[in-house]
Amino acid sequence: MAKKAHVQTTINGEPTEFLCENRQSLLEVLRDELHLTGTKEGCNNGNCGACTVILNGVPVNSCLVLAVECEGASVTTIEGIAEESHLHPIQQCFLEDAALQCGICTPGFIVAAKALLDKNQAPSEQEIRFELANNLCRCTGYDKIVRAVQHAAQRLQEVKG
Amino acid sequence: MAIDTRETPADAGRTAADKSAPAYKVIGTRPIRHDGADKVTGRAIYGNDVQLAGMLHGKIVRSPHAHARIKRIDTSAAEKLPGVHAVITAADLPDLRDKVADLGEGRVNLAHLGANVLAHQKVLYKGHAVAAVAAVNPHVAEEAAALIKVEYEPLPAVIWVLDAMKPEAPLLHDEVYTEDMTGHRTSEKPSNASKYLLFEEGNIDKGFASADVVIEREFKTASVHQGYIEPHVSTALWNVDGQLTVWTTTQGAFTARQQTAELLQVPVSRVKVIPCEIGGGFGGKIPVYLEPVAALLSRKSGRPVKMVMTRAEVFEGTGPTPGSFVRVKLGAKKDGRIVAAQAWLAYDAGAFPGGMIGPGCMCVFSCYDIPNYRVEGYDVLVNKPKTAAYRAPGATQAAFAAEQVVDELAEKLVIDPIELRLKNAATEGTKRVGWPAYPRIGFVETLQTAKSHPHYKAPLSGKNRGRGIAAGFWFNIGLKSCASASINPDGTVTLMEGSTDIGGTRTSVAMQLAETLGIAAEDVKPQVGDTDSVGYTDVTGGSRVTFATGLAAYQCGLDIRRQMAERAAVLWECDAQDVTFEDGAFRQNGRSITFKELAGRLNETGGPVLGRAAVDPEGPTNGFGVSIVDVEVDPDTGKTTILRYTVFQDAGKAIHPSYVEGQLQGGTVQGIGWALNEEYFFDDQGRMRNASYLDYRMPTALDLPMIDAVIVEVPNPAHPYGVRGVGETPIVAPPAAVANAIYHATGVRMYELPMSPPKVWAALQAKRECPVV
Amino acid sequence: MAIVHIPTQLRTLTGGVERLEVSGTTLRQVIAALDAAHPGLGARLCQNEGLSPALAVSIDGSFTNRGLLAKVGPSSEIHFLPAIGGG
Repeated sequence: MAKKAHVQTTINGEPTEFLCENRQSLLEVLRDELHLTGTKEGCNNGNCGACTVILNGVPVNSCLVLAVECEGASVTTIEGIAEESHLHPIQQCFLEDAALQCGICTPGFIVAAKALLDKNQAPSEQEIRFELANNLCRCTGYDKIVRAVQHAAQRLQEVKG
Repeated sequence: MAIDTRETPADAGRTAADKSAPAYKVIGTRPIRHDGADKVTGRAIYGNDVQLAGMLHGKIVRSPHAHARIKRIDTSAAEKLPGVHAVITAADLPDLRDKVADLGEGRVNLAHLGANVLAHQKVLYKGHAVAAVAAVNPHVAEEAAALIKVEYEPLPAVIWVLDAMKPEAPLLHDEVYTEDMTGHRTSEKPSNASKYLLFEEGNIDKGFASADVVIEREFKTASVHQGYIEPHVSTALWNVDGQLTVWTTTQGAFTARQQTAELLQVPVSRVKVIPCEIGGGFGGKIPVYLEPVAALLSRKSGRPVKMVMTRAEVFEGTGPTPGSFVRVKLGAKKDGRIVAAQAWLAYDAGAFPGGMIGPGCMCVFSCYDIPNYRVEGYDVLVNKPKTAAYRAPGATQAAFAAEQVVDELAEKLVIDPIELRLKNAATEGTKRVGWPAYPRIGFVETLQTAKSHPHYKAPLSGKNRGRGIAAGFWFNIGLKSCASASINPDGTVTLMEGSTDIGGTRTSVAMQLAETLGIAAEDVKPQVGDTDSVGYTDVTGGSRVTFATGLAAYQCGLDIRRQMAERAAVLWECDAQDVTFEDGAFRQNGRSITFKELAGRLNETGGPVLGRAAVDPEGPTNGFGVSIVDVEVDPDTGKTTILRYTVFQDAGKAIHPSYVEGQLQGGTVQGIGWALNEEYFFDDQGRMRNASYLDYRMPTALDLPMIDAVIVEVPNPAHPYGVRGVGETPIVAPPAAVANAIYHATGVRMYELPMSPPKVWAALQAKRECPVV
Repeated sequence: MAIVHIPTQLRTLTGGVERLEVSGTTLRQVIAALDAAHPGLGARLCQNEGLSPALAVSIDGSFTNRGLLAKVGPSSEIHFLPAIGGG
């Protein structure tokens, strides 16, 4: 059996190290080695976005990233979105606007929305739909998800201004 | 512009009758769902989040052939691989021949269910499970699975339903004959046509003869999948004491328990099913696939075993909805009255009998009052995965056909399409195909709401743009639910119910208990129980939970009120009969005490109060919906863009309007995917070639506009709060509505689903080359 | 007298008659009465001491799960249907 790789990285702002096989994806390591099971597996080949995390500021499908690629990198998962003891405005808006039904795609959407709003504080509806096109939802039809992201953008602007 | 989703349009769809409806305190509001915090932080435990000490990982070996005899299975190499702890085949299942089980939504042939879980003698579709291994991690399990050698004798396969009905078609089962509605055998020889249904009333020959216009058309639809984002996953622990515990993603812990126990031939008392949070189901997570396999691997290995399906396995190894051929003929008078209707439907059942032809036959004309009809339907075996329910199973295929013929009638008769439907609309007292008369229903009100909505009158200008209308119906069932609730000293109530929560139902059920007790929704703490902690509850499906489990919560609330009234009587030293409950307080002779206050006095008045209810309401609740959709078709590519969509549906009473809107929007978008892109693409060997989300193309956020959802409320007299089921009806109308819109945009009518760009382009091209005058 | 609507596929046993009035206070009695008037109907509607597993029964517009034990009123309307579920 091949020796495991030793990876040092930062996850949700905390220095984290783990052992992994070269063939393990970041998704697998997050869930099975680090027990951060908030990030979900929907397809394992980059087509549904349920496994979205933010890697060095960029939203990625963690099923398509090898864990060993994260050496020295900064990773944000759903577990790192809430602020200390209260929800991030994106999370709060998802709840108020009923932007989830079964909830399995929700972590991926929230992380993708965070990446979007970090980059673009006043996105149009089309920009939101474009940036979230990588995240599949089968329950909601996307309407309330898009509205929740619009509300979150407004709320974040209000907090700033 | 700020968009506020918080207000329900004030008088949307409210008829005169329900303007006198009671003013509810909780019902109709939009509280945050009780499981919300866990779901937006990633803390909620779904099936694949379950971790047990010593857990092994299972992997299934699947058939590469669409149809073959299994000659030999050699597991020896797999068993020797380091890290492998157990290997099983169908030989490890007990003999299930001639065994039938009642699974709540109908009887199931256990030999067939078992053979679908692990193939017995024959494989009947590509992806059919043949063997399984359990190993220390998923990678070793995958390696071991590849070492299992299966010797097949390939057989000719049949995929298209009409081909399977030909006498020379390859026969899937030697022991399946054609049966009629009662299960009576009507064929002399075994047949792929496992069921033939016939419904007839009046005289269609006279009816068509008296019609001024007769239109007959044929339609085809491809297999589509429910597409839930969470793959199937089950973890089983067959403990040393013989108790089997299964953590699984399922729409019904009790049906999973029963199916698993029956397939393994162990008593249900030895099986406990813990339903995890579920990532979508839509009907596809009612049958078991992994549970019995994981259980057998656990028994053999002595360790817990987790099994997760890959996305390809979900497509190839679970239950898509039937592909179909439907012929519809309608005859109408000049004034628009439909006088005769005829339908011939063939639905594929997949590899085993028991498909959706019954509902298909009963839904095809269910929106209309038609005096003369003849409906025939076949359930046909083909070498595809065994079909499972998909949101109003069988109704969408029928509506794709019928609603387009209605649209053609409207055009030919020069009658407004909604007006035509109003002229023929089913109402209370209408008799329908194979069924008793409707009770109070809301189809007319829903049509009227659509007709007077701004979308219907909005101008739609521009080339290649068109508007389509269609109607849809689903029965919505009742079935059994239990609920129990205990009163906490601070006046909150912990509610235990048995309906797995796929879309926020634990909150709509909790809201009904809160309304009954005069407390806030936040003061009820709903829990979804496992099979050992709550009374028998039927599946979360059939649009039944808000109706039936809500009814259980309501009756549980009444039970609590009765007991609390007795406690107030103790405090006030009066007769319990003299204590009333009004406006959230118990009252007697000028005295009053709120629910919350009384909750703090339980210890001194007799001890804990526990409420309970077990209900079995007799559905259906009858859900009618209407869609208005505007499309633009690109003539160069055949691509259809949805410009605007408004969905209307009678919900009876929307307990939590946001989640009712969510059902309308979600079902609509599944319908749009079914209409425009989704299909199982089979090669000439009967193998699915697009078993991934890349090529099985479901709608993304970029493919859609906002979906405007308008809730109509014609209260259901059979529910204390007027609730009708809402979940399934929304998927029925969209493919027909989109097809009608494409016709009005281009002059080309599409008779096949999906109406994907290559198909639409080809149809446009054919029209360009041979324009019909 | 209960009114029983005979499913299309069973009308060959009733000489084409769609609607029959029979007496009975339970479904078992009603089916027994139907079978007495039209021999063979009972065997089609029942299986192994119970209602055929392929069928559902509606009495006065509502499904019943009681099968042959279901109560039938003096002017109840009875329909036999294929069992339906949902997804």
